[in-house]
Amino acid sequence: MASIRTVKLTKEYPGGVKGVDDLTLDIVDGEFFALLGPSGSGKTTLLRTIAGLESVTAGQLFIGSRDVTQLDPGRRNVAMVFQDYALFPHMSTADNIAYPLKVKKVHKAQRYATAEETADALSLQGLLGRRPSQLSGGQQQRVALARAVASNPDVFLFDEPLSNLDARLRLEARTFLKQLQRRLGVTTVFVTHDQAEALALADRIAIMDKGRIQQLGTPRDVFRAPANTFVAAFIGSVPMTLIPGTLAGGRFAFGEERLELPDEAATTAAAMPDGTAVTYGARPEYISMSSDSRPGAIAGPVQVVEHLGASLLVSVAFGDQLVQAVVDEDHEPEIGATVYLLPNPRRALLFDAEGTRMADDAPAEAGG
Amino acid sequence: MKHDDGDVAGLGRPRAVAFALPALAIIGVFLFLPALWTLWLGLTNYRLTGTAAAHPKVVWFDNYRTALTDHEFRGALWRTTLFVIGSALIGQSLFGFSLAWVLQRVRKPIRSVVEFFVLLAWIVPSSVSSFLWFALYDRRNGTLNALLGTKGTAWLIQYPMWSIVVFNTWVGTAFSMLLYRSALGSVPPSQLESARLAGAGPGAQLRDVIFPHIRSHILTNTLLITLWTFNVFTPYLLTGPANRKAEIMAGYIYRTSLRVGELGQGAAISLIMIVINLIIALVYLRVLRERTP
Amino acid sequence: MSASPVAERSTAMSRFDAQPIRHFLGVIGRTVFVAFMLAFFTLPVLWLVFAPFDKTPGLGVSLPEFTIANFRTLFKSSSALSALRNSLILAGGTAALVLVAGSLASYALSRVRIPGRDMLLYVLLLMSSIVTGTAAMVPTFQLVNELHLIDKMLGVVLVIGAGTLPTVIFILKDFMDNIPKSYEESARLFGARPLRILWDVVVPTARSGLAAIAVWAVVQVWGNFLVPYILLRSPDKSPAAVVMYTFYTEGGQPNLRLIAAFALVYSLPVVLVYFFVSRRYGFRFYGGIKR
Ligand SMILES: Nc1ncnc2c1ncn2[C@@H]1O[C@H](COP(=O)(O)OP(=O)(O)O)[C@@H](O)[C@H]1O
Ligand SMILES: [Mg+2]
Repeated sequence: MASIRTVKLTKEYPGGVKGVDDLTLDIVDGEFFALLGPSGSGKTTLLRTIAGLESVTAGQLFIGSRDVTQLDPGRRNVAMVFQDYALFPHMSTADNIAYPLKVKKVHKAQRYATAEETADALSLQGLLGRRPSQLSGGQQQRVALARAVASNPDVFLFDEPLSNLDARLRLEARTFLKQLQRRLGVTTVFVTHDQAEALALADRIAIMDKGRIQQLGTPRDVFRAPANTFVAAFIGSVPMTLIPGTLAGGRFAFGEERLELPDEAATTAAAMPDGTAVTYGARPEYISMSSDSRPGAIAGPVQVVEHLGASLLVSVAFGDQLVQAVVDEDHEPEIGATVYLLPNPRRALLFDAEGTRMADDAPAEAGG
Repeated sequence: MKHDDGDVAGLGRPRAVAFALPALAIIGVFLFLPALWTLWLGLTNYRLTGTAAAHPKVVWFDNYRTALTDHEFRGALWRTTLFVIGSALIGQSLFGFSLAWVLQRVRKPIRSVVEFFVLLAWIVPSSVSSFLWFALYDRRNGTLNALLGTKGTAWLIQYPMWSIVVFNTWVGTAFSMLLYRSALGSVPPSQLESARLAGAGPGAQLRDVIFPHIRSHILTNTLLITLWTFNVFTPYLLTGPANRKAEIMAGYIYRTSLRVGELGQGAAISLIMIVINLIIALVYLRVLRERTP
Repeated sequence: MSASPVAERSTAMSRFDAQPIRHFLGVIGRTVFVAFMLAFFTLPVLWLVFAPFDKTPGLGVSLPEFTIANFRTLFKSSSALSALRNSLILAGGTAALVLVAGSLASYALSRVRIPGRDMLLYVLLLMSSIVTGTAAMVPTFQLVNELHLIDKMLGVVLVIGAGTLPTVIFILKDFMDNIPKSYEESARLFGARPLRILWDVVVPTARSGLAAIAVWAVVQVWGNFLVPYILLRSPDKSPAAVVMYTFYTEGGQPNLRLIAAFALVYSLPVVLVYFFVSRRYGFRFYGGIKR
């Protein structure tokens, strides 16, 4: 078990693409740490650099107190679960799980005993004799986990291990994974592009873009207080509505509409001159809709209604700008009907022209 | 530890070189070196036996002059050309393609049987296949004469070129068949279907959909079978050393260098042959590059 | 879009009219073609099927007076037996050589970007196609002579090995390129060293390719006449390909009973191996590259 620390870590691919760009990061011992970001943001590169499968261009990497920047991957004592699981197709489940021990020259009887034990712990009883091709996706995923567990590593590295499972199985596997990590207490770095997965699993999340960390924080932090518009747009099962506009007389203006400033930025924004470009952000869950006029609400025609199950996502047009609200399933509006939207000022956010969140009390926590 | 991208096992360049070395050394010594040696040998009057075996003299381009003015050499080259055109370009290609084409549309058991025999002809060791044809062509008891009612026809003597062309077509068709089968299998069925919906008959489908698609396969096949046929030695086993009317390059080199013993002269002819092979290969590469953007 | 249903219907109609005739002609044409091909490809083989079991085989095909005496003669003939054994040794030796050297080389070339790698592969392949046993007959003989490998099986193995290795490497590299990299990376993270990864992960994963190559190499050597013919002197070292030829040039009359039985016994292994492996591993085209 060990912490992971990167210091100004850069990985530049031949051709000049920086997969990881000058990245400093501390992952605490025993932590479940998620790397979240859109495709191509450098998550896999960072993970593979930690594993040693990619060479470091600049900077340093520590696992525990060891500087492993130049260390052979086989000697870092990390275990990785790949997106395709990388189970050896010619080996049975037992052989696959026992393989790390075979490499470490553990005695044959001992390694199959360990393999069996591990398989039991991961509910793989009765599958020990099967080849990977005879296992379901979920079982393969657990065999890959078991193999990683059997190698008794200091660090688990997971590269989108759930993305090849279908939606229902993914939820089960997610819970299973969280349990397992709690039980073993092994430091875990988990790569995903699925924000819900990261929010559900991680103790802390690093949101990446273009090889840099956009924000680092607990799931609650990144959901409630996104550091910038990138994070704001990325986190949340329905994306946050972001409205570009200006400050006008202590209020937020876009088109003909006016909104009260969000509570957390009211003082700061009020001190700024009129006409300053800002972006107003509100999660659709925090916007209430009504068919009657209310003070402070903005009115527009309903454009689209999407069913989310227990609720509805309603898109309302204000000129070119769509504003979305999540409403109760009993309140389905007619398409074209005029409705009134009112964001909750305690949950609404304001971003400056650079996209950084404005807040009265503390400056936004930006990573990198 | 700095490794290259793609070096997933952490081989590293030194170890990679060590891994590749045994194979490259064998190829270097037993394939490259002989080719280079040909250059030198061809300039000498080296012989298998006699004084020139112990003390070969450099005779510069005499061997080449001899070869190019020798009617035996030109005859062998001409016959080889006919042999390649007849048995490879026409025989094997045509049979191979039409087998691949027709067998797609034939019931499975029949297809398997036909494919089995075509492949068999190819797999049977050359010593055996040449004997089988030797028996088939036999003047007195041969099955061919019995079947065609041409009693007493000595095929190998009266029609030597035809005999070896048919023989080599028989031996080599399997390769073209296999290659074209996999090529035809790679044509997307959706394209054929849309051609068929547009009313294209088999001819139009071949011309508009299939040939453009398998052009590089055709070229590859043509190159390989041309080279192989050009260098093939087996007909010599069928016709025997005495039959000069069917002597192609391989047999001619063998006779000149190892039977007559003129190694220098043989090397010169070998080199001419290698150069012809090279030209064929380069022309092919040229065409391939032009056709595939 | 409005015109298309009409157009479709009219082409469908005209196809319908032409269909039966075209179909009929197609069936006739196919039948004739297939029958001709079948006759052409089976006719010469019939002798190999009947003659070995015939009391008095001639050169023509005839229904045999059944006997297995020819095989008894064969298994008493020491030269025939040693010829078959020699073929086995040559085939096994060459297959082992090209498999070991070829997989090491192709693995290295597949995984490490050595400058000019692709060029090297193409040059090798080109060389092996243009410097054939035939075209390089004289210098090969000369070289093997200088190395004192004349009349040694090792010489034959090395020469045929060198001729086949470029193709072996080219095809094996293709197989290795297609092995998911994560297998090796995963083994590597567990601490496995390159040779161990090659043995534990790469070789088993590429085994269908290796089997195909092994068979191909065996078939190459088994049927090769020219190289052993030139490089081996003693009859007791000669493989079946060469010895079979001596059965009918020596002593005026060919010994047909021996030749027939020998030809069958000599042909059978490659045919069996070939079809067994092609069925087992389902490779179609790679296994098919025989010269
Ligand atoms: N082997 C490589 N060679 C060159 N560029 C690469 C390589 N692997 C990844 N990249 C580039 O690095 C960036 C980050 O990629 P990656 O780490 O795979 O992103 P993610 O896992 O977040 O989708 C991308 O722009 C990608 O194109
Ligand atoms: Mg990735």
